[in-house]
Amino acid sequence: MAGLATSFGSGAMTNSFADIEQTDLLFVIGANATEAHPVAGAMMMRAVEKGTKLVVADPRRIELADRADYWLQLKPGTDIPLLNGLMHIIIKEDLYDKKFVAERTEGFEELKATVENYTPEKVAAMTGIPVETLYAVARLYATSYNALICYTLGITEHVCGVFNVMSTANLAMLTGHIGRPGSGVNPQRGQNNVQGACDMGALPNVYPGYQAVNNPDARAKFEKAWGVSLSDKVGLTIPDMMEAAVEGKVKAMYIMGEDPVLTDPDANHIRHALESLDFLVVQEIFMTETARYADVILPGASFAEKDGTFTNSERRVQRVRKAIEPIGDTRADWQIICAVAGRMGYPMTYGWPGDIFDEMASLTPSYAGINYQRIDACGIQWPCPDCEHPGTCVLHADKFTRGKGLFKGIDHVPPAEMPDAEYPFLLSTGRILYHYNITTRHSAGLDAYRPEEMAQLNPADASHLGVATGERVRVTSRRGSLLTKVQVTDRVPPGMIWMSFHYKESPTNVLTVSAFDPISKTGEYKVAAVKVERFTESGGMPDSRPPAL
Amino acid sequence: MADVTLTIDGRLVTVPAGTTVLDAARQAGIPIPTLCHDPMLSAWGGCRLCVVEIEKMRNLPASCVTTATEGMVVQTASPAVVEARKTILELLLANHPEDCLTCHKNGDCRLQDYAYLYGVRGGAFPGDKHAFPIEDDNHFIVRDMNKCILCGKCVRACAEKQARHIIDYTYRGFNTKVAPAMDLPLSQSDCTFCGSCVSVCPTGALVEKAMLGKARRWEVKKVRTTCPFCGVGCNFDLNVKDGRVIGVTSNPDSPVNGRDLCIKGRFGTDFIHSPDRLTTPLIKKNGEFVEASWDEALDLVAKKLGEVKAAYGSDALAALSSARCTNEDNYLMQKFMRAVIGTNNVDHCART
Repeated sequence: MAGLATSFGSGAMTNSFADIEQTDLLFVIGANATEAHPVAGAMMMRAVEKGTKLVVADPRRIELADRADYWLQLKPGTDIPLLNGLMHIIIKEDLYDKKFVAERTEGFEELKATVENYTPEKVAAMTGIPVETLYAVARLYATSYNALICYTLGITEHVCGVFNVMSTANLAMLTGHIGRPGSGVNPQRGQNNVQGACDMGALPNVYPGYQAVNNPDARAKFEKAWGVSLSDKVGLTIPDMMEAAVEGKVKAMYIMGEDPVLTDPDANHIRHALESLDFLVVQEIFMTETARYADVILPGASFAEKDGTFTNSERRVQRVRKAIEPIGDTRADWQIICAVAGRMGYPMTYGWPGDIFDEMASLTPSYAGINYQRIDACGIQWPCPDCEHPGTCVLHADKFTRGKGLFKGIDHVPPAEMPDAEYPFLLSTGRILYHYNITTRHSAGLDAYRPEEMAQLNPADASHLGVATGERVRVTSRRGSLLTKVQVTDRVPPGMIWMSFHYKESPTNVLTVSAFDPISKTGEYKVAAVKVERFTESGGMPDSRPPAL
Repeated sequence: MADVTLTIDGRLVTVPAGTTVLDAARQAGIPIPTLCHDPMLSAWGGCRLCVVEIEKMRNLPASCVTTATEGMVVQTASPAVVEARKTILELLLANHPEDCLTCHKNGDCRLQDYAYLYGVRGGAFPGDKHAFPIEDDNHFIVRDMNKCILCGKCVRACAEKQARHIIDYTYRGFNTKVAPAMDLPLSQSDCTFCGSCVSVCPTGALVEKAMLGKARRWEVKKVRTTCPFCGVGCNFDLNVKDGRVIGVTSNPDSPVNGRDLCIKGRFGTDFIHSPDRLTTPLIKKNGEFVEASWDEALDLVAKKLGEVKAAYGSDALAALSSARCTNEDNYLMQKFMRAVIGTNNVDHCART
């Protein structure tokens, strides 16, 4: 989000999902859509069958790669060299959109000077992608009338996540592929309401609608609305909170609907942080790994038991409707927060979630024209400044949110930890089709269908290790160790092991590295160094051998 | 595009050129029955139930694949048309299990609806009946190919909406059957159990396994909502009976996804009634969680948060809000931390 906000002034999908079927070229980088966003993935496959060109950049041969015109099997963590290399060719061959660059952007000379160094030969060596493929893809992207870049966490979950995002923005701006239906830069959000939670100001630096807490005007507005004085000090991000907890600076935490022990990188560090707290309250629907550390657990109601709204990746605000009464003695999250606030001397009285929404919309310019009546049938995509406004399908149509689009020259940033002699495998992580983070483990059908981790391992490595599909290995990093079954498949390249993070029995994030993008504080889930050893019940555990490379 | 005007059942109807006779009739409010037609799929013209009589045309053309032309004169319910439709239904029923009493689709079955509408009963054409084994070896979909009328909507949904092409017609003539390659069960195919095929099936051939035996279709209250899983924001209908969510069905009015869903959205919401749900507040005493009343738990939370704030200052508290909770929940959590606690230490996993 920070990346696109810097380049364009707004960190959200610039287009709508429907644009996938309107574009001429889909450039999918770091996004396994058919598993992580299956309905969007189906749109992509549909588009390709109707003639849309598809370029997939991914170290794994994901399902979309099978359908791609060009599959760029880049080495993990080399997205910036790849994108710079494409831009190098586009500028050298004079294929960039000079009118767009001149009228709509700034910083082109800086970009040009940086990508000058990324010759095709050098980029081929860094990324592993052949020179002729780089030329073909650069020309295809630049000469397509419409081109849509889609990315997700394969771009952001790196120490250079923000720079990766800004590089995709550079590429789109260079060729004018932004600001119209079928052309843009589209981060598909990982979770149902990431977009909404950001929009609502569940972030340490902004109020709802990205109004900065250290902007005196914004603060004055919220102080007036809420009738209290507010802190102008930017708060802590999750990694900083955990660090502060370990240091004893944060004494109490209130965790609602999150399971950082299972889903945040370097789980043992998180456990240590939670153990260090004086008081932890967890508001949850299940007994999560995080909830076990709580002093008090408040049982929340699920999405089926409450009214409200979610905002999807394309900025569409849609209704969540209460279908049944809360199970057992549970309560909707908003009701619980109101109850705690009331007991602390700040009454929060809302008749139902519609009242909360109206208060929020009155303070949030991009939501100002949205209410429950208007979104009842089809939702509305923000920005929607007033009640006559139909909402916005495509951002940055005439000008960027920040005025001119900003080119930044960006150089390669290698991952924090790369395989070495002791930890010779590269661990990368992500989501599988059959599970969604942790909730789906509580679905009888889904859990029976995919009950356990099946780490992906290349046949060459499996053969060296002497393991077959369904057998177990021990995976160890500098931070932790776990057992997992393997699936032997050439979808991963030699030297890589790929795991999901859904299973508490094989808690992948004990392995991942505690390294973060310095700007967004996103963890580097996509690259860590591990060793892999065959595991047998009898205790025999032969030494791991280096992967066949 | 230019408009054309045609006469349907004596009424003048004007539609854009290229419109089918079926769509022209439906736009004019004239009903024509269909089994294989679906506005979101390509026109196929296979079931022939939508036949109409058109002056100067030989035979009875299928209206779903006949383009309306200027001056065309169409009859949708002439004796010849009605007789043809009855015969088609009789032929379908001749090889259909008379299983409506226990069929899950009873009350929501197009074949049943049209048999009722045209007063057609089985038995007109005695002959062989299929005896396919019922396929229920996966967790999500039960396939009873004896109830399949070969309309092909599932085949087209899989190919055209999901671009997966898992199922197609196999064999010939009476033996024709929709199946994955090599006539394997879905569980042994590349099927991802998105359930698009189930969402278009007009009969009881494809049904959601988890909903079998849970409710008659008319007992179900449908509540449209937004999926709680990934960020695409699909809409679907929660199917509710007696205060329990028994499953999910597609809602074609969903703005982002239409009827498309994935395995998680369509088949994964049973976590709502999981026995593992937390159902009462818990307070940890001597290392063990003990059930507590809401008053007890809320009082303790308010007291402890207040004590930490008083002793160490507002910035000694921090909160994680949630990308899985609603906007309203998130708005209140950040408001609570900022206005009540007095800190900006609020974040959520936007980064995962």
